[in-house]
Amino acid sequence: MIRYTLGRLLSLCLSLIVASLVIFAVVEVVPGDPAAFMLGVNARPDTIAALRAELGLDQSLPQRYLSWVGGMLTGDFGISYTYRTPVSQMVLDRIGVSLPLALMALTLTILIAFPAGIYAASRRGRAGDLGVMGATQLGVAIPNFWFAMILVLIFAINLRWFSAGGFPGWEAGPAAALKSLILPAIALALPQAAILTRVMRSSLLDMLGEDFIRTARAKGLSRRQALWRHAVRNAMIPVLTIIGLQFAFLLAGAIVIEQVFFLPGLGRLIFQSISARDLIVVESVVMLLVAMVILVNFAVDLAYAAVDPRLRARA
Amino acid sequence: MTSLKSLLMASAAALFATAAAAQNTHVRVAMQLEPPNLDPTAGAAQAIDSVVYSNIFEGLTRFMSDGSIVPGLAHSWEISDDGLTYTFFLREGVTFHDGTTMDAEDVKFSLDRARAPDSTNAQKGLFASIADVTVVDPLTVRITLSAPNGSLLFNLAWGDAVIVAPESIGNAATNPIGTGAFTFLNWVQGDRLEIARNPNYWGTPAVLEGATFRFISDPTAAFAAMMAEDVDVFVGYPAPENVPQFQADPRFQVLVGNTEGETILAMNNGAEPFNNPLVRQAVALAVDRQAIIDGAMFGMGTPIGTHFAPHHPDYVDLLHLSPHDPERARALLAEAGYPDGFTTTMTLPPPSYARRGGEIIAAQLRAVGIEAQIENQEWAQWLESTFQGRNYGLTIVSHTEPMDIGIYANPDYYFAYNNPEMQEVMTTLTSTTDPAARSELLARAQTIIAEDYVNAYLFQLSVPTIARAGITGLWLNQPTAAIDLTAVTWP
Repeated sequence: MIRYTLGRLLSLCLSLIVASLVIFAVVEVVPGDPAAFMLGVNARPDTIAALRAELGLDQSLPQRYLSWVGGMLTGDFGISYTYRTPVSQMVLDRIGVSLPLALMALTLTILIAFPAGIYAASRRGRAGDLGVMGATQLGVAIPNFWFAMILVLIFAINLRWFSAGGFPGWEAGPAAALKSLILPAIALALPQAAILTRVMRSSLLDMLGEDFIRTARAKGLSRRQALWRHAVRNAMIPVLTIIGLQFAFLLAGAIVIEQVFFLPGLGRLIFQSISARDLIVVESVVMLLVAMVILVNFAVDLAYAAVDPRLRARA
Repeated sequence: MTSLKSLLMASAAALFATAAAAQNTHVRVAMQLEPPNLDPTAGAAQAIDSVVYSNIFEGLTRFMSDGSIVPGLAHSWEISDDGLTYTFFLREGVTFHDGTTMDAEDVKFSLDRARAPDSTNAQKGLFASIADVTVVDPLTVRITLSAPNGSLLFNLAWGDAVIVAPESIGNAATNPIGTGAFTFLNWVQGDRLEIARNPNYWGTPAVLEGATFRFISDPTAAFAAMMAEDVDVFVGYPAPENVPQFQADPRFQVLVGNTEGETILAMNNGAEPFNNPLVRQAVALAVDRQAIIDGAMFGMGTPIGTHFAPHHPDYVDLLHLSPHDPERARALLAEAGYPDGFTTTMTLPPPSYARRGGEIIAAQLRAVGIEAQIENQEWAQWLESTFQGRNYGLTIVSHTEPMDIGIYANPDYYFAYNNPEMQEVMTTLTSTTDPAARSELLARAQTIIAEDYVNAYLFQLSVPTIARAGITGLWLNQPTAAIDLTAVTWP
């Protein structure tokens, strides 16, 4: 187990180093000088040079890479070029929106997908199954930003139940803050729920063909009892994997939804930083997200190994 | 029972009244772009000026909505006969928001900082003619110029020339401390920024108790936010196609004002084939301005025949030099040696005037045989490859800096126009202070660049502002990027 853990740890470190190199290279290769962008069309060359020096952009690429990585190792993610505030503070602020939004959307996803998937699997081939499958086709096909606009049109402009967007902040009270996240969470959850429903259904159907279900049925359980007592639990493994992926996506991938609802989340931060060539913010935020995914995978690897002795033996 | 009911109703009415009254002393202003920071002296982003100009920071002089220059922190000034010395007399009793006094030392500090060798002022050129700034007494400052500069008072009105204090400027990016009628309260980055009335303001205090700026970049979200009454004012409303809907709705008023943005189809004068004046003239004649204004801007915009704001008193109407005439454009191309036309690139920055306008212009150019291959670029990329690298044939951009015809005297500018006559006119203009002579020189400059067809001049950019009905005191025109709330009322 120790050798296996060390092996996974080594691969974790290598992944992080490679990721940091790729992120740095890609961001730096994209044309667009941050200093020139900030100073606009009337700036004089000496002014741009002065700002480049102030931002540390006049250093060589390897120097900048090393100081960036070195800073991150000590918890210093750098200072945003444009906002002139520490990146770590900006990320913390934005997570206060993105994390609750992702959690809400994920909860909704699960609340829709589990019953729908189980229902469809238990009614395989019948009208109920076809109905659910048709709905999920639609759910996967509808772009979430379009769905978001429809939600705004109905619930914000016509009914006035919600505001059309924006985030009042947690200082306005949890009720107001959560209320402002309801429409975005629904818009985010719908396509994810459609995907998860399909995974749930097919995973359950796979399980229903397994020997242990036949044994359970032979013991005298009804089809429905076998499904609930034995198949659902075993079908959860692929479903949980998908949920993990969806959570990572929801946390960072809400860029478009955050634009539609003008929410100050992580996605909007990345979007703004890319268009303003705030390279240090882009690099650090993307690196954080990548590190999070890698760390989650590392934890999952360890968890698998704890459960499954075959993995340990192979390492 | 009846009395209880009426009591309830009365208290409900009182509640409603206070809610309504509270709302009217506060406006929620939306704009498309968020300021990257709040220091107007260290960045070109217009969103910075939109928030802080006149609200938080003030200069020695200031712009009014009609573009005129009026006294700001200086109540008056004297200009020496040779035009080399300006003596500014500062207002008494002006304090910064942190309580410190604004005096001549602060003025000297601000101007010296802006023109210092390591200055990161985006408009450093505004201060180029200043040779020295001297403190005469706490309320008098003398500015000595190296050469007469007829536009000094205009230059000092820019947001980049506001007066700041040495104690607080270091933190201005996140905590701006100026002398204006509003104080900075709070900024939730990515979402909103709040300002409050400055009780110790030296001049007429603001009517509003406070204001919230919100940043909504998505056009659909902008529409939804206005319609749902989540915001009260949207300056620079990004979806012109929806404007008629707001005009028809009694809840709203629509202000369509001029900006200083000359929108041009710029041509790379330094490279084939646009180094040939005949080709440039052909492009100018191939373009149908009204079709672009109608198609890309939904009718908002004033056609221009030269690089000058049509609302400016010195504007010369030169539209007759480049009427829409595809026949003659083809003939000119043949005369220039391109009877079958040619292929070029057209780079387009993100704003809709460029992206939508570009499609229309490409079609118009195709009609005379010019194949313009469209390349969409983000701003940073446009600045690097088109603007600095001059790696383009055609591009569309709105030059939003006020009175910027001087860029045609700079042969290193991105359209690479090099005409000694134009350069001489601009040099003479800088050292001319007589208004009549200045008007004549400006007219001359406009004519030179129009007759040389340096670029195809399209239209003056209009910025629609949508506001709740009843709000008054908003700027109609945008002589500089500003959302000046100091005179706004909402009875």
